[in-house]
Amino acid sequence: MSFITLDAASKQSYDVIVVGSGAAGGQTAYTLTMEGAKVLMLEAGRRYDPLTETPMFQTPDQAPLRGVSTVDKPFGFYDATVDGGWEVPGEPYVQASTDPASRFMWWRSRMLGGRTNHWGRISLRNGPYDFKGRSRDGLGLDWPISYEELAPYYDKVEMLVGIYGSKEGLENTPDSPDGCLLPAPKPLVSDLLTEKYARTLGIPVVACHRAVLTERLDWKRLPALLHPGNATAQTILAADMQRRAACFFATPCGRGCSTRANYQSTTVHLPPALDTGKLDIVTDAMVREVTLDKRGDASGVRVVDRATGKEVHVTARVVVLAASALETVRILLNSKSSSFPQGLANSSGKLGKYIMDTVGASVVGQIPRLESLPPHNEDGVSGGHMYSPWWLYQEQLAGKLNFARGYHIEFGGGRDMPSVFSTADMEWLTGGSYGAKFKEDQRRYYGSMMYFSGRGEMLPNEDSYCEIDPVVKDKWGIPVLRFHWKWSTHEINQAAHMQKTFAQLIEAMGGRVKDVVHSDGRNAIAHGGEIIHEVGGAIMGESARDSVTNQWCQTWDVKNLFLTDGAPFPSNADKNPTLTIMASAWRAADHILDRMRRKEL
Amino acid sequence: MDRRTTIKWMLAASASLPALKGAVVHAAQATGTAVTSTPYGTDPDLLKIYKPGDLWPLTLSSEQRVTAAALADLIIPADANSPSASKVGVVEFIDEWISAPYEEHRADRKIVLNGFEWLDKESARRFSRPFGALLIGQGRQICDDICYLPKAAPQFTEAAGFFARYRDLTAGGFYTTPEGRKDLQYVGNVPLARFDGPPAAVLKKAGLL
Repeated sequence: MSFITLDAASKQSYDVIVVGSGAAGGQTAYTLTMEGAKVLMLEAGRRYDPLTETPMFQTPDQAPLRGVSTVDKPFGFYDATVDGGWEVPGEPYVQASTDPASRFMWWRSRMLGGRTNHWGRISLRNGPYDFKGRSRDGLGLDWPISYEELAPYYDKVEMLVGIYGSKEGLENTPDSPDGCLLPAPKPLVSDLLTEKYARTLGIPVVACHRAVLTERLDWKRLPALLHPGNATAQTILAADMQRRAACFFATPCGRGCSTRANYQSTTVHLPPALDTGKLDIVTDAMVREVTLDKRGDASGVRVVDRATGKEVHVTARVVVLAASALETVRILLNSKSSSFPQGLANSSGKLGKYIMDTVGASVVGQIPRLESLPPHNEDGVSGGHMYSPWWLYQEQLAGKLNFARGYHIEFGGGRDMPSVFSTADMEWLTGGSYGAKFKEDQRRYYGSMMYFSGRGEMLPNEDSYCEIDPVVKDKWGIPVLRFHWKWSTHEINQAAHMQKTFAQLIEAMGGRVKDVVHSDGRNAIAHGGEIIHEVGGAIMGESARDSVTNQWCQTWDVKNLFLTDGAPFPSNADKNPTLTIMASAWRAADHILDRMRRKEL
Repeated sequence: MDRRTTIKWMLAASASLPALKGAVVHAAQATGTAVTSTPYGTDPDLLKIYKPGDLWPLTLSSEQRVTAAALADLIIPADANSPSASKVGVVEFIDEWISAPYEEHRADRKIVLNGFEWLDKESARRFSRPFGALLIGQGRQICDDICYLPKAAPQFTEAAGFFARYRDLTAGGFYTTPEGRKDLQYVGNVPLARFDGPPAAVLKKAGLL
């Protein structure tokens, strides 16, 4: 079993169809196949192999336009994303309003492994408060599970994919049990400087958590912990872990990693799942809708072959949508029938509602203490070595802030490989120098710029939702999504707080802020969707009346239909969502296995 | 998003551009003929090594290339550490840049080609010869008037806008070459067995030891 055609898949019988191959689809298929289920994975994009396709050591002078972003490659030429970005040719989406403040941006990666190929790899656990926000402050929605219920799955995901970090004992910032995390990389000079001066403002600076192997995974210890009693799975995983190299502290993670030293679904979840012999993958397979049988159970999905335009029906006992939160919602909204005229599993009317992104706002500064430093290699693990978790929980609870939820700070700087932009826009420092003085100025300022980016929690609201556009269809004739978006004053005030705080930090470090510090958060906040942390749209809850799925990501209306991506998130903590998606997907897959064994599915 | 992406986003004036679909046609001012050029698409070969001119036709005439090199070398002249901008392919890079079939690049195309025209007019007015034929001191006299937009005289505002953009393109082209990286003493992009963090001399200079 391996990569097959849609026609071949239509002639097979499967236990589970998994739609999507990213963090959610990869984790779901991994867990199911390692425990013996027969799975068909459908991916809308092309087959993609990081081992042979990743531009590891390529330099900007080898790329068109020195590798800068274009509309074709929006995060730069060497970014791992192929056939993806803010716009995907032939696959439009629609804004409900022309007001720029209501704009929603939707990043899609049509490729095997989806967005896991290029993501930032920041892997933070939600804390106990993050699952019970409404109980704590009366706002937003509670999850139907607690931190303690998901914690064992965070442990498993950390051990499987390999995440570095440390234990800090900070509020609502859970420590992993011993043996879960890899050692954090040594801090950069900009990290140490930030830590020193952030302390004077009461802001903690600790090791970041990212999915990069700072050392090789312990293949002798971990497989037995991840698959107890399953000798086959342990053997497969032990062999695969030995094929993953440790990070060699060079080349940007965003390009992907041909040595498999960071997490991509394509390098971590899919290889062992394929080695079980239980996984078939069809790429270029665009799912149109979920089909139902006479009893009202899901029978399979109808799929468009992107190469031929031909439509094929594939079937299984269980259907899992893991297509990314909003694509999952789109498939459900497009799966209309006499029993579900408003979209499948939508008896609550909540489908498409409560979509959330992360609040983002940034300030850039120049730090004289980082000028003209002795040359040294700062490539490191090519992403944050340190970060600042939210530190004002008690002030917030006491009503001292004008926004309800927190944010963490991602920051960085240093002697990165020069890009077209790293030497640009320097007049504010150089006074317009050119000639020999300009070259001296560039040497002086190189490595002295730092950015501080806030990543904050957004509360779900009634004005941020998606629906099917009545007119526009994609190139296969599948109706597309139309987005409504509104930030509430909580998010706007939070963005203003970020601006003020980052300016204070830069000044405390003896630095100068570049550009304007916005006191009105509306001028600082990123567009909805721009941080690419969109979740919600098919929230989980306690009852079928006000949610789409139960705590197992199982739809209330169709018992053999599961949504294992970010769609069921009823809140979007400041913690980047991918780790929680994987933990929740593993938990849902365990539940599916259990119910299949009991013949309930 | 990784931090490099974030930095790039924030330092770039506008990150998200409207889509450009399919081939676009623009007038090649250099030759007066229309050329068709095609974007590289959403799935280009990432492992191939590209040179300016590989993907779309270039624009600059030989006269314009002389102007381009003269200005680039006034901005980044040779010194003890590295060669001048034109010696490491900056003119070819700028030509590739302003010829690219993407919206932001078409805006730069207009700025750069108009800027070259202005430079020649201005040097003809002051020194009765084209910009590319000026002595370095003469070229600097013109540059001194346009090198810093906030202090430029009103009649030089537009030219100062061009100079700022051209300086950014020149620097971007120069410091992304092996010679430019060496000049800035970038020492990464090599595999390491371990990552030791900053050496003591660095911590000391930054006031951390």
